[in-house]
Amino acid sequence: MGGGLEGNAIYRAVYGLVVDTLGWASWLAYFIAAMVIILIVVNGVLVLGTLYTWFERRVLGRFQGRLGPNRTGPFGLLQPIADALKLMFKEDIVPRGADRLVFSLAPIVMLVPTLLVLAIIPFGRGSFLADLNIGVLYIAAVGGITTVAVLMAGYASANKFATFGSMRAVAMVVSYEIPLVMALLGVTVLAASMSMVAVVEAQHLPYLLVAPLGAGVFLVAISAELNRNPFDVLEAESELVAGYLTEYSGMKYGVFMLAEFTNTIVAGAIFAVLFLQGWQWTVLSPLGSQVGFLGFLDTGVVRQIESHFWFLFKVGLFAFAATWVRATLPRLRIDQILSLAWKVLFPLSLLNVLVLAVEVIVWPEPSVGDLAIMAAINWPVAGAAFFVAARLVSLGTRAPGLGVGAAVGVR
Amino acid sequence: MTLRTEPVVVSIGPHHPSTHGVFRMRLTFDGENIIDAEPVIGYLHRGTEKLAEERQYTQVITLTDRLDYVSSMTSNQAFVLSCEKLIGLEVPDRGMYLRVIASELQRIVSHLIGVGFFLQELGGFGGTALMYAFRERERILDLFEMLCGARITVSYSRIGGVFADAPADFWPALRRVLDDMPGYTDELEALVFESEIVQSRTKGVSPIDPVLAVNASLTGPVLRASGVAWDWRKAAPYDVYDRVDFDVPVGANGDNYDRFWVRIQEVRQSLRIVEQCIEQIEPGPVRATDAMLFRPPPGDSYVPTESPKGELGFYLVSDGSIAPYRCHVRAPSFINLSLFKEMLVGWKLADAIVSLGSLDFNMGEVDR
Amino acid sequence: MTTAVTGHELADALRERFGEAVVDSTDGAVWIAPAAIAGVCAFLREDEAHDYALLSSLTAVDYVEYFEVVYRLTSLSRNAMTVLKVRVPGRDGPSLPTVTPVWRGAELQEREVWDLMGVSFDGHPNLKRLLTWEGFEGHPLRRDYLEPPLPYTWPHGG
Repeated sequence: MGGGLEGNAIYRAVYGLVVDTLGWASWLAYFIAAMVIILIVVNGVLVLGTLYTWFERRVLGRFQGRLGPNRTGPFGLLQPIADALKLMFKEDIVPRGADRLVFSLAPIVMLVPTLLVLAIIPFGRGSFLADLNIGVLYIAAVGGITTVAVLMAGYASANKFATFGSMRAVAMVVSYEIPLVMALLGVTVLAASMSMVAVVEAQHLPYLLVAPLGAGVFLVAISAELNRNPFDVLEAESELVAGYLTEYSGMKYGVFMLAEFTNTIVAGAIFAVLFLQGWQWTVLSPLGSQVGFLGFLDTGVVRQIESHFWFLFKVGLFAFAATWVRATLPRLRIDQILSLAWKVLFPLSLLNVLVLAVEVIVWPEPSVGDLAIMAAINWPVAGAAFFVAARLVSLGTRAPGLGVGAAVGVR
Repeated sequence: MTLRTEPVVVSIGPHHPSTHGVFRMRLTFDGENIIDAEPVIGYLHRGTEKLAEERQYTQVITLTDRLDYVSSMTSNQAFVLSCEKLIGLEVPDRGMYLRVIASELQRIVSHLIGVGFFLQELGGFGGTALMYAFRERERILDLFEMLCGARITVSYSRIGGVFADAPADFWPALRRVLDDMPGYTDELEALVFESEIVQSRTKGVSPIDPVLAVNASLTGPVLRASGVAWDWRKAAPYDVYDRVDFDVPVGANGDNYDRFWVRIQEVRQSLRIVEQCIEQIEPGPVRATDAMLFRPPPGDSYVPTESPKGELGFYLVSDGSIAPYRCHVRAPSFINLSLFKEMLVGWKLADAIVSLGSLDFNMGEVDR
Repeated sequence: MTTAVTGHELADALRERFGEAVVDSTDGAVWIAPAAIAGVCAFLREDEAHDYALLSSLTAVDYVEYFEVVYRLTSLSRNAMTVLKVRVPGRDGPSLPTVTPVWRGAELQEREVWDLMGVSFDGHPNLKRLLTWEGFEGHPLRRDYLEPPLPYTWPHGG
């Protein structure tokens, strides 16, 4: 294990309180303090996920020329609470023929990986639960578990729509894990580390600027992993009613929805850490990474709070962009989604790793200037690659084997 | 190792988000591919034709509102045209112009809903396109409210003309809508037809051969998308369609894309027709007769009209009494389902939903 | 403007070929013998002088002594329209040949006529109930149809 909780102000405060004031054993203090932090992080993120349901509905409403929820509390802010209350009081129906155990377990399996990822996310300067030296790999490993939950839900529901949805999910995730991991590999090559904290600290320039190809592939692949538009085929409401969620009701449904929205927030956090400099803010600051926006108040506490703010801001940007995409794009068909993964994203992600690897050999420990040169090389490469991919790969429809109109004799 | 597979039969509907009401399709799947399809209808059957036999002709007008409930103006018009033909009644000019204005506005509404739901069925947009389409629809429904006090079930056309003349403030309100509509149409068209994903999802999907389309009695935009320029407003102009100038947009491939392209183009043509009607309309009576009781001589009549869905006509048989002896509705939505199987078999579930939407049928008219 | 081909004109054209099968004609329609209807329809569709490619509508009227099946044909190339009628006698199981092989569009409409009027079409590929449900008794559009008393209701319904 890389770093620990020692740098965390809350941890130190609680630890100090338990050891010094209460005089308890240090292992107990460590346990209590860690639990306090975990409690704050998990609940904080879940509240963020809940708030995101409100945010998405409001923003979507604006995109569509309507208001969105605005009756419960100021600006409709209490709407998620009202929704949760409603779901809690609904009857919990398990369909006849369902596999009861798997059916009940699926929402939990859906939510847990989301929360596990939080363990390695640096939320601010020195503010993280654990600094795993295999952090990036850990994300890929834990993130894949949600598919199992979808498969469980689809199988256990004993419903054809649910089965369709979960089968689509498996087909999709098998395809999209590869470009996703490849995009993560590009970041690892650049930062020369798999630790999330090291990745943030290595980003003198945001990797979004340095490796646009990787960032693009990551964004597309993560939307597929999150089942968001235009890849939401597994719960495509116009085709599969609600896909794998069809038979769920009450709080089980609520947990699924919570997990889905929290997933978006967590994905935003991952994107912010890997491609947007995490808690740092240098794009607007000509003086480099060490001076923040509030640099004149350069005290430890202020800078730590400020870093949290920047991190949340970037997550919010991602959430807004996700909503924007949802309001703008129609859904792809499942075969188009798969060909996009294998014919476009996979080659592009390989190219990304290749180019970055060569550049890292040339500039082993890149400074801001080196990163800027890399960006200057990578943007034209990315543009050319996207252009070529768009030219070579067509997602258009080919006529199927069975002839249309062949069944009837026409003169 | 070989995996054993077997076809899955999925019953989509009658309660399904995208079956336009209570339509049911029985689809057999091999994986995601459809290998058999059968429409199952009748869940909204209200016996309109039977009900009409027990009512006076004027009372049947309100039944026609409830056939194609997103396009009641054109249903009213088709019915009263048939009644007028039974007794050879001449309608005053102003009445005919008002009917045509109302019908063309209704056509815009119907096509907007068709395109809106088509985009909804393509998935995504989070409902954006549908909301855009409904926004314009609201404005036209407000105009209907000014004309006759109702928005959906209008019963505006009456035997011998229309219910009443338009109020004075109807014309400026219509002007405002007409000024805004081309912009809205462009906006919707850009949203739909310039989107890469929409094109890759709809171009070449479920094409209908023109010969087969005619053979299967398809009419309306579905037929025209296949390249057959057949429009009853041109072929047998009723009311004042022979006095206005408009084009019949025709598709090239008969695929899902063309079916919606044709609808958007027809919105533009409808706007043209309304513009010309406003120029030509002159003051005068709007209704030939105020007779409360309509008692035609024995005989039968049928007037084909071009409703937004296709050829709509009422086959009326009169036995000389005050109620029709037989009132058959030639419902375009229903007959356009003839090629259901051919359109769906071989495509994927996602395509099937869109192809179904491209027929733009209305369950009130299918089941009657 | 669509030409309405009068029944007399059409009857004259058809008599050469079908002779006795042409029963009667008025200005509005031609009456065809039930057995010959499929052949007449195929001829009218195939023959270039007629070219009735579109079957506009197919319906039936119950005149109590007999059923009258009405075929409304449209020629897109000539912009002409005409009406064929067939008198089918009998209350139980009146039948006539199907025209589904001639016009694909007749399939659903013939099913509807069978469902609501009880006129059956021989050779129809899929003559099942359409608007009512399987197991429904009677044909509701007949003039003598009486709604059965409750508790006859939708299956599994209230």
